[in-house]
Amino acid sequence: MLYVVIAFLFLAIVLYFLLGGADFGAGIIELFTSEKNRQQTRKTMYQAIGPIWEANHMWLIIAVVILFVGFPVIYSQMCTYLHIPLLVMLMEITARGTAFAFRSYDAVKGERTQNLYNHIFVYSSFITPLFLGIIAGSAISRQIDLHPASFVAGYIFSWLNYFSVAVGLFTVALSGYLAAIYLIGEADDDKDAKRFIKKAKYMNIIAVIFGGMVFIAAGFENVRLAHWIFGNSVSLTAVIAATISLILLWVLISRGKKKIIRIFAGFQVTMILLAVGYMHYPYFIMIKGGQNLSLMSLHAPNKTIDDLGWALFIGSFLILPSLFYLYYSFQKKNDVV
Amino acid sequence: MNDFLAARSQMAISLGFHIIYSCVGMVMPLFMAVSHYKWIKTGDPVYKNITQAWSKGVAIFFATGAVSGTILSFELGLLWPKFMEHAGPIFGMPFSLEGVAFFIEAIALGFFLYGWNRFNKWFHLFTGLIVGISGIISGILVVSANSWMNNPTGFDFVNGQYLNIDPIKAMFNGSWFTEALHMSLAAFSATGFAVAGIHALMIAMKKNILFHTKAFKIAIIFGAVAAILQPFSGDLSAKNAYKTQPAKLGAMEAYYHTVPYSPLVIGGIPDTAAKKVNYGIEIPGLLSFLVHDNFKEPVNGLDKIPVQNQPPVTITHLAFELMIAIGSAMMLLGLIYFTALWKKRSWLSKKWFLNLFIWATPFGFIAVEAGWTVTEVGRQPWIIQGIMRTSQAVTPMPGIHYSFYLFTAVYFTLSIAVIVLLSRQIKMVPELYDR
Repeated sequence: MLYVVIAFLFLAIVLYFLLGGADFGAGIIELFTSEKNRQQTRKTMYQAIGPIWEANHMWLIIAVVILFVGFPVIYSQMCTYLHIPLLVMLMEITARGTAFAFRSYDAVKGERTQNLYNHIFVYSSFITPLFLGIIAGSAISRQIDLHPASFVAGYIFSWLNYFSVAVGLFTVALSGYLAAIYLIGEADDDKDAKRFIKKAKYMNIIAVIFGGMVFIAAGFENVRLAHWIFGNSVSLTAVIAATISLILLWVLISRGKKKIIRIFAGFQVTMILLAVGYMHYPYFIMIKGGQNLSLMSLHAPNKTIDDLGWALFIGSFLILPSLFYLYYSFQKKNDVV
Repeated sequence: MNDFLAARSQMAISLGFHIIYSCVGMVMPLFMAVSHYKWIKTGDPVYKNITQAWSKGVAIFFATGAVSGTILSFELGLLWPKFMEHAGPIFGMPFSLEGVAFFIEAIALGFFLYGWNRFNKWFHLFTGLIVGISGIISGILVVSANSWMNNPTGFDFVNGQYLNIDPIKAMFNGSWFTEALHMSLAAFSATGFAVAGIHALMIAMKKNILFHTKAFKIAIIFGAVAAILQPFSGDLSAKNAYKTQPAKLGAMEAYYHTVPYSPLVIGGIPDTAAKKVNYGIEIPGLLSFLVHDNFKEPVNGLDKIPVQNQPPVTITHLAFELMIAIGSAMMLLGLIYFTALWKKRSWLSKKWFLNLFIWATPFGFIAVEAGWTVTEVGRQPWIIQGIMRTSQAVTPMPGIHYSFYLFTAVYFTLSIAVIVLLSRQIKMVPELYDR
């Protein structure tokens, strides 16, 4: 059952990255859209993510619950040493979620208040994935020190380093890319779709650049990223598969295949996560000095893991079909609100 | 402010706000579903308008409830990592199920809010109903996790080790039912009275009387039924508290000295140094009767509990008295409402009658906060009753007071925003729904 639980943990993380990422990305796209086109972008985006954003957000909750029930020591260490970035991420999730809801449901659509919601929404859409990436980067950067010499060493440098920040920026770029690809299929007309295609290309180039920066930053911080990714056949295959699908995606975009490219984009991001995740497995957090926190040795007692596995199993039978139907139902153009 | 106090205050602030958002978030969808059902059945467009107006409120509260709940799931680890390290595998079961229930609620809400004119009307009603049902299930599950902290079972505590862990047994600990019942009824009565109060105010101001009268009726029926049932659930809770947390009951009643014909103290201000209650009304034998069902058998008081294991008596007692006073008032109002409904229909439109409910708008939530204070402060100094002290659980990270200020600011801002948004919803009723 331990493997089932671990599989669900990774599934939740990957889905949060993909769905939540696309969701954050929509705000990032809005942030980097010219004033002229912003209203249209906002409309498309609202139609696309309005019905599903609450559900996208739930994968984070599922991941956290699996962590604290199934791997409590890892959760408590993460919460202790990454307290500050987690706090920032929470603040931004709060700001973003409420701003989105408020701007949709405020009965008086005043210009000033709508502007305020928009500002909060777009900036927090940028900062949330930045910090999510920082947290993910910190988990594998070996900068977490269980016996810190000072406050700064223990609670600041654990996450404020070149590598973590580079991963954060890379996450932002990937989110924007996922969102742009997703929104192509949701656009109202061809002109709108063309703008999202342009955005997707633009975000893709930025993601590649930031991806390169992650490798450079890894060099600064002595993170053996290149070794992890190119040093084993699984990760290498994943990277090659991602690259091939990227080429296919560009071919398909120009042929106007709006829906199928989503699968390719999702596949690429999943492959990136697999490439990095595979080499660490079963380590979840890499600690300074080498005592890594392993999912295999720091899990909860077997009875808990069994019960958790069953809960997830039964839960997924309820959640996945209804979630699928939700996405399916709102794929059609949103003619009535 | 030291880190420990800051961490406790931050947790108190977070839960104090979350409990309001989540009560409304779990109960309002049912109001909405009832009004939706009435619309489908009667075809009266007023019910459709009410459903749509309420659904906006539900969406606002769901969003704030969801984010403040996310904050809490992290705060457990951010503030109390040592607690989560040991308790996570034991009491985590309800949280994982709650994750599922909450997920379903979010999906159903997506269907409901954006599904107008898009789905079969019965499917649409069904999704609204699912929002309500899964909301209530989530509430019960979260309370079950809390009741484990009050009545920890499902493991053996041997030499500081947590052995033979059984999460299912922990979930169905001896206190889950009484606590979940009490909290669910509280959510229904608090939300019912709050919603009804707002609509009563609108009726009194002669605005969209038809709309607000129908809305008032749905909300107050839920609220009044729950308020009338609540004292019975309260009695079960108190008996259970005595069985599992005698120190909590002692503090609730400010009952210092064990005597036969144990008296119930109503009101009063505890004098902690002198171990007595000033200005209270003592009714001999009533506490014995409430706990043991006879007037003579002594109830064990705080004198049977070592001082270092006693909760703060003054806060617990005053919060408890406040809850009882408000709860009784709400029960009375509930009875008045049903009297009016069945015997004195003329009361329903009388100014004094509406005023009663306008004044009672915040009552339920004050009682919820007071009750929450009783259960949480009354458990101190323990985070897991009798097993782990709160002070042992706190994070080693210094500077928590900054985080406390930050969260306090966030919650206040959020609440002001919610209040402004709701008042705007109400203000816009004539424009949006009176066509």
